[in-house]
Amino acid sequence: MLVQQYYQNERFVPDKEMDACGLFGVMHTGGVRFGGQMAIDAIKNMKVRGSGLGGGFAIYGLYPKYKDHYALHIIYQDKNMAAKKVVEAFLKKHFYVVFDEEIPTNPDIHLFAPPLAWRYFVAPQKGSAEENIPDDEYVISKVMHLNSHIDDAYVFSSGKDVGVFKGVGFPEEIADYFMLDKLYEGYIWTVHSRFPTNTPGWWGGAHPLSILDWTVVHNGEISSYGSNRRFLEMHNYYCTLHTDTEVLAYAVDLLMRRQELPIEVVAKIFAPPMWEAIRQMNDNDKELYTALRMTYAPLLMNGPFTVIVAHHNEMIGLTDRIRLRPITAGAKGDLVFLSSEEAAIRAVCPDLELAWTPPGGEPVVVRLNTRDHLQSLNKSI
Amino acid sequence: MQSYLLSEFIVERREDRCIHCRVCERQCANEVHLYDAELDRFFSSEKDCVGCQRCVTLCPTDALYVRPRLEDYRPNSSWTRDKMQNLKKQAATGGVVLTGSGNDKPFRVYWDHLLLNASQVTNPSIDPLREPMELQTFLGRKPDTLKIEFSDGKAKLGSELYPNVMLQIPLVFSAMSLGAISYPAFKSLAMAAKEAGVLFNTGEGGLPVEMRDEYADCAIVQCASGRFGVDLDYLNCARIIEIKIGQGAKPGIGGHLPGEKVSDYIAQTRMIPRGTDALSPAPQHDIYSIEDLSMLIYALKEATNYTKPVSVKIAAVHNVAAIASGIVRAGADIVAIDGIRGGTGAAPLATRDNVGIPMELALASVDKRLRDEGIRNKCSVIAAGGIRSSADAIKAIALGADAVYIGTAALVAMGCTLCQKCYTGKCNWGICTQNPFLTKRLNPELTSQRLLNLLRGWGHEIQEMLGGLGVNAIESLRANREHLRGVGLEEWELNVLGVKGAGE
Ligand code: SF4
Ligand code: SF4
Repeated sequence: MLVQQYYQNERFVPDKEMDACGLFGVMHTGGVRFGGQMAIDAIKNMKVRGSGLGGGFAIYGLYPKYKDHYALHIIYQDKNMAAKKVVEAFLKKHFYVVFDEEIPTNPDIHLFAPPLAWRYFVAPQKGSAEENIPDDEYVISKVMHLNSHIDDAYVFSSGKDVGVFKGVGFPEEIADYFMLDKLYEGYIWTVHSRFPTNTPGWWGGAHPLSILDWTVVHNGEISSYGSNRRFLEMHNYYCTLHTDTEVLAYAVDLLMRRQELPIEVVAKIFAPPMWEAIRQMNDNDKELYTALRMTYAPLLMNGPFTVIVAHHNEMIGLTDRIRLRPITAGAKGDLVFLSSEEAAIRAVCPDLELAWTPPGGEPVVVRLNTRDHLQSLNKSI
Repeated sequence: MQSYLLSEFIVERREDRCIHCRVCERQCANEVHLYDAELDRFFSSEKDCVGCQRCVTLCPTDALYVRPRLEDYRPNSSWTRDKMQNLKKQAATGGVVLTGSGNDKPFRVYWDHLLLNASQVTNPSIDPLREPMELQTFLGRKPDTLKIEFSDGKAKLGSELYPNVMLQIPLVFSAMSLGAISYPAFKSLAMAAKEAGVLFNTGEGGLPVEMRDEYADCAIVQCASGRFGVDLDYLNCARIIEIKIGQGAKPGIGGHLPGEKVSDYIAQTRMIPRGTDALSPAPQHDIYSIEDLSMLIYALKEATNYTKPVSVKIAAVHNVAAIASGIVRAGADIVAIDGIRGGTGAAPLATRDNVGIPMELALASVDKRLRDEGIRNKCSVIAAGGIRSSADAIKAIALGADAVYIGTAALVAMGCTLCQKCYTGKCNWGICTQNPFLTKRLNPELTSQRLLNLLRGWGHEIQEMLGGLGVNAIESLRANREHLRGVGLEEWELNVLGVKGAGE
């Protein structure tokens, strides 16, 4: 039923893409907005981690002027104007569009097959039957519809006061193309450089992936992909992009947004402690962790991964349970960094105060106006 | 009436090796070997030989050969030897041709057409000798979400869970009842299950009271159509209660333990008079619809105060997916599916060989259906029938099973040679018999060790294959059909299995 909506049989669901990547994230815990230079320079420092087939940025605190409206970043492949027409008719029917414009790009930067990129600031316009649906759910269902039903149109991001800029190229090229360092500021920047191993670059396949204000950048291969995907399908998430990252993004949405579990718990679902460790715990924790592993076994993310998840007020870094892919955290004053490599942090912040490597499965949670990220420092290796 | 049957086996004795120790004579319950002391010579009555290989295995000088006798009739692809033999058997007796153990017909064994994946470069494989490799599995209903409460920064579980049972290895011994198998065989299964942290299934013959203290904790007790041995204590002592609707070897029909086998002990455990036939009707007489099933499920849950998962076991039949979905909706916490290759102590040959569908296809479609309906986490699925090796087991898990039942494999570990004569009560290996002379051949201390070795060996093999795939917990392979590829299968078969062809 679910799969059949898109494929005649499960057998025809395309293989997921595999990639290796570089990740970087920086957040000002005081909420001060800053430009993109650090993120751009840091990812440039990890150039070998990408192959120029995908790069992208997520920026929080991006559109203060429209911060109460959902900002839809939509691309039209091959500049397909027919698709744009269909999308805009759809938007008109289901949303109030308060402002829209082409996302400005630099004509001097030449990238592979650039699509037309447009942004719309919208508010839900619900039909009478949809009145009881919360806004977020409403927006998600419409975004899912656009992504899966309209050819050549693809929603990059759909949150409030946040935007994703991504494409085929090295991340610094994407930054130049969208003029990120000149035009935008934000209090969280996450960035991703991609090294796909089995698919030609596709603009939609670049990271970050996002739902509402949630964004995910990810490095690694999730070997449990099939188990995760099937479980998420039961909760009406259709993995149309066939990347590991998509699975992570939906799992984050399901657990954190819909089921309202805190990230500290979600980290233990994605990267649970070993049974051996659970046996040594006190009774309270033993009960909790056993229940988590039992209930959410299909959401264990197995295989090597590092991920940076962000949404408003929070940036979270996490590695797999046996730390097959590393992540390094750093801090200086109110700035907190997460990166695939420590060198990239030091390249943009030479006078770093703290640098640490959290153990596998231990999240680094960077929260606005808190020092929560230091909790993982105590457990670091 | 004289039977026109030809012998099934040739018994050959190499006189130059035989030392006339008479072991074979004592070992053969079919009285094939006869020693004439006066002539100091052995005679063999080949027509009685079932090819169990007991004598061959125990002969100290390797003097015996027992081989199938296959080529005496004129070769004929349609009228094969076994078809003709069955006709002759039937002509002589007028009865239903009986048989034991599982379907031996050359239906496609899908396990042999499915291949597993392994990690290369993009993700590292994991060495189970150096890193933890987790096989723990829970059987039972899982909630959709958990409530977590926080008090001074510490997380605490806020929801109540449905009863679940943990297995150290996702393997469970299938239902084999005391009565169908001997007490030492039954006890060996219980002992091995306990030691390995898995479960055994009592089948429908009850659980002897004196075994309960020690082994009820690793027992799945059955409530079958005969309701043998079912009382409140039986239900409450076990870990899981299983309602047996059907069995892969004989879907749609019941069972019959002849009165001769109902000894004092078995009579007591089954709660029936000694020497009476133990008849299990084909249907459960209180289940004529899915609502009736639901009533029984909840009656059992009430009886056990909702502390135990209730399983429903069905044979894999044509519309198994829809039936399984109904079973989950009726309230079952576990669905066990027994495929056409499942074993039995006794079944009509015609049924065993012709009714049901292969478990691999049934499992794939059940798992898919339950997911499509969004109820897969409401139950666990156990696959049964024809799991021959750890590779079969791990493929079943990749197709969507939570755990697998192993029956025939366990019997073989105990000595069984699949002679298919379980229904005669003369099992020379002491497994499928109540004859004390034969049952004492099995020593539970030693036999349980063999079973334990089997479980451990499979466990290690599963760990190796998991590590090769680059995952370190069995749940990450469950229903992960991306890690399977088919070879030599037709398009429709790949579609049912939801698996790509190799190279696709
Ligand atoms: S029935 Fe078994 S023990 Fe008897 S002769 Fe045949 S193989 Fe040997
Ligand atoms: S259990 Fe005994 S009688 Fe049955 S097939 Fe095995 S060896 Fe033969």
